[in-house]
Amino acid sequence: MAAARHENRIGLWGWIGGGRWGIERYAYSLHRLTGLAVLLYFLLHIVVTSLRAKGIYLWTGSGFFHKPIFRFGEYLVFAAFAYHACNGIRLVLVELGVAIGKPIEPVFPYKTSLRVQRPLLIAVMIVALLLLAAGGYSGLTQ
Amino acid sequence: MKAARLWTWHMAAGVVLFFVLGLHMGIMHLGEIGHWFAPYGNLAVSIANSRFRDGMLTFTVGYIALLAIGLFHGLYGLRTMLLELTLRPAMEKAITVFLLILGIGLVGLGTWAAVAAHGVALAGVKG
Repeated sequence: MAAARHENRIGLWGWIGGGRWGIERYAYSLHRLTGLAVLLYFLLHIVVTSLRAKGIYLWTGSGFFHKPIFRFGEYLVFAAFAYHACNGIRLVLVELGVAIGKPIEPVFPYKTSLRVQRPLLIAVMIVALLLLAAGGYSGLTQ
Repeated sequence: MKAARLWTWHMAAGVVLFFVLGLHMGIMHLGEIGHWFAPYGNLAVSIANSRFRDGMLTFTVGYIALLAIGLFHGLYGLRTMLLELTLRPAMEKAITVFLLILGIGLVGLGTWAAVAAHGVALAGVKG
């Protein structure tokens, strides 16, 4: 039997519109956005770095790859990676049932597990911020 | 079941990337702090430092592994997002086939480049 198919009425808005959901939903949207950004860079990065097999090092010399705008873009890629990696580890932990608390009876007033897992979100965001600061320091001093 | 298994692999690839790509990012973007695998000056991406890393077999194998795991994680993630748009089955299949061909092609290109660059670095050929 074919799986039931439902019309996706909210379309792309469903990716970014969290509505009344908590900060974790927006963290997830940013996770997807940074994932797409890193993927786009990665595809271009493969082609550019593959040229070194022919002795072509496009990122050396004084070309576009040394202009401040590219250096800033490179830092943005690092920032996207740092966020995506830290938040990704959180998502894996949550998917495995870590740091979300034990299941309880749904007795009114209902309790949400989001408050239980929020410290994990805060912790990984602090790690991501530390990485961003280290990357920024390294980039500025190069 | 197949989708669940692939999703598990997607997550596992993400965990591996956290460490391997983290190491790569550390070498490339935190060079001013760590100076890891960059004995020729401060710039991690200079030709001399690139060739130094290309000449190490561990890096060649690491680049190929990073390439394959990164492409699987990235392209499967992109496929998941696109299929959430509830497209027609024919379009979903076309997306799957396109991303599969793209991934295999880029793994081939990157593997060739990593192996060739390893040879160039070992031979000490100037670019």
